[in-house]
Amino acid sequence: MNNEDRHAYWRANKALIRNLLIVWGVVSIGCSILFVQPLNLIRIGGLPFGFWMAQQGSIYIFVVLIFIYAIQMDKLDRKYNDSNRRD
Amino acid sequence: MSVEAWTTILVILSFIMYTYIGWRSRVRDSKGFFVAGQGIPAVANGAATAADWMSAASFISMAGLISVLGYDGSIYLMGWTGGYVLLALLLAPYLRKFGKYTVPDFVGDRYYSTTARLVAVVAAIFISLTYVAGQMRGVGIVFSRFLQVDINQGVIIGMIIVGFFAVLGGMKGITWTQVAQYTVLIVAYLIPAIALSFQLTGNPIPQLAFTFSDIVPQLNQIQLDLGFAEYTQPFTEKSMLDVLFITIALMVGTAGLPHVIVRFYTVTNIRAARYSAGWALLFIAILYTTAPALSTFARYNLINNLNGQTIEQVRQLDWATKWENTGLLTFEDKNADGVLELTPDPDTNEINIDRDIIVLSTPEVASLAPWVVGLVAAGGLAAALSTASGLLLVISSSVAHDIYYRLINPRASETKRVMVGRIMVGFAIAIAGYFGINPPGFVAQVVAFAFGLAAASFFPVIILGIFDGRTNREGAIAGMVAGLAFTAYYIIAVNFYGMEPWLFGISAEGIGTIGMIINFAVTLIVSRLTPPPPLEIQTMLENLRSPGNEPLALEEMDEEHLD
Repeated sequence: MNNEDRHAYWRANKALIRNLLIVWGVVSIGCSILFVQPLNLIRIGGLPFGFWMAQQGSIYIFVVLIFIYAIQMDKLDRKYNDSNRRD
Repeated sequence: MSVEAWTTILVILSFIMYTYIGWRSRVRDSKGFFVAGQGIPAVANGAATAADWMSAASFISMAGLISVLGYDGSIYLMGWTGGYVLLALLLAPYLRKFGKYTVPDFVGDRYYSTTARLVAVVAAIFISLTYVAGQMRGVGIVFSRFLQVDINQGVIIGMIIVGFFAVLGGMKGITWTQVAQYTVLIVAYLIPAIALSFQLTGNPIPQLAFTFSDIVPQLNQIQLDLGFAEYTQPFTEKSMLDVLFITIALMVGTAGLPHVIVRFYTVTNIRAARYSAGWALLFIAILYTTAPALSTFARYNLINNLNGQTIEQVRQLDWATKWENTGLLTFEDKNADGVLELTPDPDTNEINIDRDIIVLSTPEVASLAPWVVGLVAAGGLAAALSTASGLLLVISSSVAHDIYYRLINPRASETKRVMVGRIMVGFAIAIAGYFGINPPGFVAQVVAFAFGLAAASFFPVIILGIFDGRTNREGAIAGMVAGLAFTAYYIIAVNFYGMEPWLFGISAEGIGTIGMIINFAVTLIVSRLTPPPPLEIQTMLENLRSPGNEPLALEEMDEEHLD
């Protein structure tokens, strides 16, 4: 693998991490802590929305984020011709 | 059959299963002992990580804490799950690619320094010991209630069991035992939650019942009637700033906990490391989204069962008297009107419920079948024992691999290294048992300290080690020492010497966030003021950042050349 590819791969990896971490921060720190009070004025079922985000919603989103990362990295690995993958 | 008979049977059956698995996976070589031969499939590693991770605190204390804290309990839910995102995206794949045995291995090699390795070893042992003490206490509590033995005897029984499979099977034995323990603990957690959910709302899925029934609005109303704040009201127990800092400390701490990180060394390749982080969080999320539902059900039920009853009525409840005997549930009719009242004011409150008993008492409070109670006891033990064994292995590998093999006797044979590992497991159990019998605080709180320390020491040096090529030996050592010293000082001073919290009252649980920031700042500044890392390290980093599983440049490098 040449140096250019190597750097492109690393840049793509970092961009993916950054985007996913932005979502991570918005749902946990943003929706569930900093803006929990205004969001609590909205309701989901019997629960205030901010409270729901803090106790349920953010956890579901965390799980999805990790699987998105794993799947996207598979694609990146394929694109950059990862000869050593054995599975 | 009685609750005690069921408990004894289920506990013994699950223990026979663990010891059988431990015996089947016994190992002789050091790769098997420390990283399970690096042959664990992603899903199995996910389940093992989930069990390793979900401790007595998650199983026994967390729902109780949330039950008391309401919204503010979200710090544990988000903190402990959010950290997995950091772990999966920023640490796990690179550490697996790096492919050694322990976290100090990475720190020592990346920072080409024996001193850095030693600081990391000290941090790993310190964190793991703090954490394991809480686990042994959890084991003691479960035994004392369900087998009606003394808490200290319970701790000793737990030490013997965990010692057997950890000494014999090392990481391989622990991994497969943890897969079994995950199954036991999740089934044990879900059955009462589902039963209770159906009983109270008619909907068997706790997450849906929690969101779409009127149980939470009802609980809010009951809380208001008794003089408490609404259950869903944020920042009633802690300020927004404190909630923010504690959540971040727990997230970052999760990502820096050595016994969790080391699990990602045991999978077959980097791809498996990424997926196993996803599986781990999925398995954890099953419990972590059930816990807040269980917390509301339990609080609703306890208030309805105890508040406004006479002492005579309450003493007729079998579970109430049994918990009263352990001293974890107390009644006192302060105003002598013959009726027990639950109030927010400690001067008039007549019912004291230790938060650690909420999950354990739930099945009995809801009058579920006796076998469910026994199952919950077995699940609580599975949670405590799996975490304890993971931690014991970290302590033993820190001493046996990082100190004995890498620093004292690099020529030690395989057999000798594994033997030292086994002896260290034995030592670690003895120390853990001592702390279990003389606990430094209640279960969840002790665990929270371990997170602060992990956040302030490992997380920054590993992240910078991967993402910032300019970070060098001097920076990493200074950063770790500064972060660890500050955080430990603050926690000890606030908790044991009554120091006033600083900075708008950040609690000891949240201070790890500041410790982490200090560590980042010190590492970055000192690194820039001192020479850059040598060329081999740059090559190693290039390699770490490329796709594929090629072995690292540093792998064959002679350790003596590095310092």
